[in-house]
Amino acid sequence: MREARRYRLPPIAFGLGTVILAFAVIEVLIRADVISQYVMPTPWQVLLSFGRVVAEEDIPHRFLATAGECLAAGALMSVFGMLLGVALYRFRLLRAATETWVAAFAAAPLVLAYPLFLVIFGRTAWTIIMIGFLSGLAPVALKTLEGLTGVRPALLNVGRSFRLTPAQQFWKVLFPAAVPTIFVGFRLGFIFALINVVGVEFLINFGGLGQLINELAERYDLPGTYAAITFVILVSVLFFIALEGIERWLRPAS
Amino acid sequence: MSAKVMPFAPQATMEMPILVVEDVVKRFDTPEGPLTAVDHMSFSVREGEFVSIIGPSGCGKSTLFSVLGGLVGGYEGKVTIEGQPIAGPHPAIGMVFQEDSTFPWRSVLDNVAFPLEIQGMSRADRYARARHFIAMVGLEGFEKRFPAELSGGMRQRVSIARTLAFQPKILLMDEPFGALDEQTRLLLGDKVLQIQQQLRQTMLLITHSISEAVQLSDRIVVMTYRPGRVKRIIDIDLPRPRSIDVVSSEAFGRYVAAIWSDLRDEASRGMNDAEARQRSSS
Repeated sequence: MREARRYRLPPIAFGLGTVILAFAVIEVLIRADVISQYVMPTPWQVLLSFGRVVAEEDIPHRFLATAGECLAAGALMSVFGMLLGVALYRFRLLRAATETWVAAFAAAPLVLAYPLFLVIFGRTAWTIIMIGFLSGLAPVALKTLEGLTGVRPALLNVGRSFRLTPAQQFWKVLFPAAVPTIFVGFRLGFIFALINVVGVEFLINFGGLGQLINELAERYDLPGTYAAITFVILVSVLFFIALEGIERWLRPAS
Repeated sequence: MSAKVMPFAPQATMEMPILVVEDVVKRFDTPEGPLTAVDHMSFSVREGEFVSIIGPSGCGKSTLFSVLGGLVGGYEGKVTIEGQPIAGPHPAIGMVFQEDSTFPWRSVLDNVAFPLEIQGMSRADRYARARHFIAMVGLEGFEKRFPAELSGGMRQRVSIARTLAFQPKILLMDEPFGALDEQTRLLLGDKVLQIQQQLRQTMLLITHSISEAVQLSDRIVVMTYRPGRVKRIIDIDLPRPRSIDVVSSEAFGRYVAAIWSDLRDEASRGMNDAEARQRSSS
């Protein structure tokens, strides 16, 4: 236990030290007027604005709104992305016909289609969730496909030699073997989903932190804007910690 | 003592063979045309016997392994286990693969308990049986470890324990120690020998190592290089129970020399063929 902590602590300390050093450098550059304080507030000003933003801007509610939309988009993206990936793995014709399209879909600037989603879903959280879901779908599907096709034949042969049913072969061998790659897809998909969720909140001025960033920027409250961006980063950090936990639960040796 | 080298002939066996391979032919379609990997191979294995199949690289040993394990179909001839023809993986056959086939996400205990979990055995029973076989392969104390924390030799022992836990009638192994160094191979060979003697387990080993085959086997089937045919079947008349000391005996050396004289021409053909292919592709 003590041994494990000894290996874990230095990277954490180094990471935190690097962030503090970067903030200190930015603070100095802004105070020395190398970076204009009309463009970027000092990290110290951002830090001081946290209390005000939390108290005045209903942060808990907005934080939960954005986190909830991300969770819904992430859940849809994971389920349907994996199903699509499995379908591409199982049906060669489908894969040959559509793999390039799916890859191209991953690079499509879906956020620009928000007026279409507004027409379909109205100015509701569903517009935000659906854009988040669709933007994260392709990476999950492609990484699921990559994970499944990359499973070593020897592992599949073990399953066959023990006469596993197709369902057992999938859940006991294929899926756990592909988990590390599938989770890379989840991480990528989640990044895409979060960017789009916050982006659409900003664009349609609805929902959680994206809307707050919009409002604070409109008011030219720069420290508040950066404080709100920090909460978006917090959402991302929380989801990444949760994903890591789920992955470790599914693959204890990862 | 001299090596009893016999030309291939149907064996007059005292006991009923548990595994019979009759006139098996396996062809593959390749861009250069059909390739016969296994050509009219016939041999049998008696219960409790240790038989090795030896041949140069590319002679079709692994194809034969897949045929016997029911992993490939579409072959001519017949493979029967206790008189029943096999069509697909058979419950009487347990397979140990050349490559590392342990599940990286499962501990040693859960790897070995895997086939028992599939059979629906209760957690307590399957862990008890898995512990028994883990101890048998000498991995006591490593039950909670994951494959990434083990050496290559230890991982192969996990694979062997997992297949033994399945309690197959025939243990089929495809060069299980192929990726290991010579000393580890000898020691693991000795471990397999002890297990075989303890369980009276019928074993069929595919190998390209002459010394490994002689150390372990009651009989050795020598294969030709492409197409893979039975060149000779050699009875190994070394004392049982056998230990690792057998490798330093005079008789062991004679068997190795006899098999090498059979294999030398085949191995040369294989090497020349590989070089010719290398030249034509460059």
